Amino acid sequence: MKYLLLKHYRGGPVPVVDYGSMDQWTPEEVDAHVQYMRDFAARLEQTGEFVDEQALSPEGTFVRYDGEGRPPVTDGPFAETKDLIAGWMIIDVESWDRAVELAGELSAAPGPRGEPIHEWLEVRPLFAERLTVIE
Amino acid sequence: MNESLLRELVPAVIGVLVRRGADFASAEDAVQEALLRALEIWPDDPPRDPKAWLVTAAWHRFLDAARAEASRRGRELAVEVEPPAGPAPATDDTLRLYFLCAHPTLPPASAVALTLRAVGGLTTRQIAAAHLVPEATMAQRISRAKRRIAGLPLDQPGDLATVLRVVYLVFNEGYGGDVDLAAEAIRLTRQLAALTGEPEVAGLLALMLLHHARRASRTGPGGRLVPLAEQDRSHWDTGLIAEGVTILQTALARDRLGEYQAQAAIAALHADARSACETDWVQIVEWYDELLRLTGSPVVRLNRAVAVGEADGPRAGLAALAGVDPGLPRYTAVTAYLHERAGDLARAAELYAEASHAAASVPERDHLTREAARVRQLLRP
Repeated sequence: MKYLLLKHYRGGPVPVVDYGSMDQWTPEEVDAHVQYMRDFAARLEQTGEFVDEQALSPEGTFVRYDGEGRPPVTDGPFAETKDLIAGWMIIDVESWDRAVELAGELSAAPGPRGEPIHEWLEVRPLFAERLTVIE
Repeated sequence: MNESLLRELVPAVIGVLVRRGADFASAEDAVQEALLRALEIWPDDPPRDPKAWLVTAAWHRFLDAARAEASRRGRELAVEVEPPAGPAPATDDTLRLYFLCAHPTLPPASAVALTLRAVGGLTTRQIAAAHLVPEATMAQRISRAKRRIAGLPLDQPGDLATVLRVVYLVFNEGYGGDVDLAAEAIRLTRQLAALTGEPEVAGLLALMLLHHARRASRTGPGGRLVPLAEQDRSHWDTGLIAEGVTILQTALARDRLGEYQAQAAIAALHADARSACETDWVQIVEWYDELLRLTGSPVVRLNRAVAVGEADGPRAGLAALAGVDPGLPRYTAVTAYLHERAGDLARAAELYAEASHAAASVPERDHLTREAARVRQLLRP
């Protein structure tokens, strides 16, 4: 079963501890955080559970169709958008419990003074692409 | 070159290497490498004796790896360089591989991957593509599985029930990449049926054939799900149905009923009906009772409620849902259907919409969303 572990810049429940944005950490703390993420992904590849990982820039904008022959309309970026996705990891695991366990580990990534940041991660099941026989 | 012929040789060749003294994990790696090489060069330069070619190529690769490992550890090579001649029936080797690759200690996804590689003769790349994961992830999943079963003796009797569960999982994974896993599962089960003669293996084979016979009619344009009642029965594969029914009858005659034979019997009753309304639902309910007695499975109880709804009316179907865990996948979809049949369209529409959120796959979600929309349309004046 595949699950999406969604990381947010903003949005979701109130943070347990607010460590501020990473640019306010020391360079060593940033390195340690990034290394933890890399090791986590590498470890999941070793366990045969890694599928994909992408990080998203906070920049960007909303776009929509505006009728035949007209250019698309853009709106934003919004400094105050409630929810801003920072990136994701897709895992392929045996159970929901395992997905939650891994999200918990990812959320323990170190922040200032090496303390776990307790970041909220959103865990979402992926729909299977293919249909199984259900009759 | 016939790729499926090449793949059929894989388990036998692993067996040869193991009998020559190789451990299973190294033998399996060596055969996979030989297989990749064969896929590369056989199209231009087919060997006279494909099996002998594979054995030689795999054995050389095994020796190279064993020598490298021995020199890394500063030890003598532990296996004989010259293979001892020892006749042993290849059929036993293959059966043992089924048991080992689907060992009960392995997580299902790992057992599936290992079975597809060592018994099915698929490449890691093909297995990864079929499961929509990176090749490196699949390679690791397979080596971990092999590490987990390392040291298990190959000559122990295995757990047939687990093997059947694993091949049925493969069957239900359907298409992916360039490999048709449903067809592959049928091939694996056919081979297993030839090796064991167990009625439950025949039952599973019959079940797969009967499901497979309906595959073309199960999806419409753009991969849309077509429910059983709406399927164009002229597209059902009558050859596969006849084969499935014959295999099932032979198995049932041996009077050792099991869950796959019971499920196949239900599938056969569906296949037998020339139109949806000619379906013998009363007999299907009887088979579900049998299946429930055999398994006690909540999923069976849920499916039985659908059959009861058809045989005795939707109210009876809803009553049969009592005691079924509402958290089961498809529970909400089933209640939606029964409420619609009972004439409670407003409730049915709500439930279809709710069920679409709990769907397991994209086609199922789209189907349930469409059902909600259809019932809502009926509700509009």
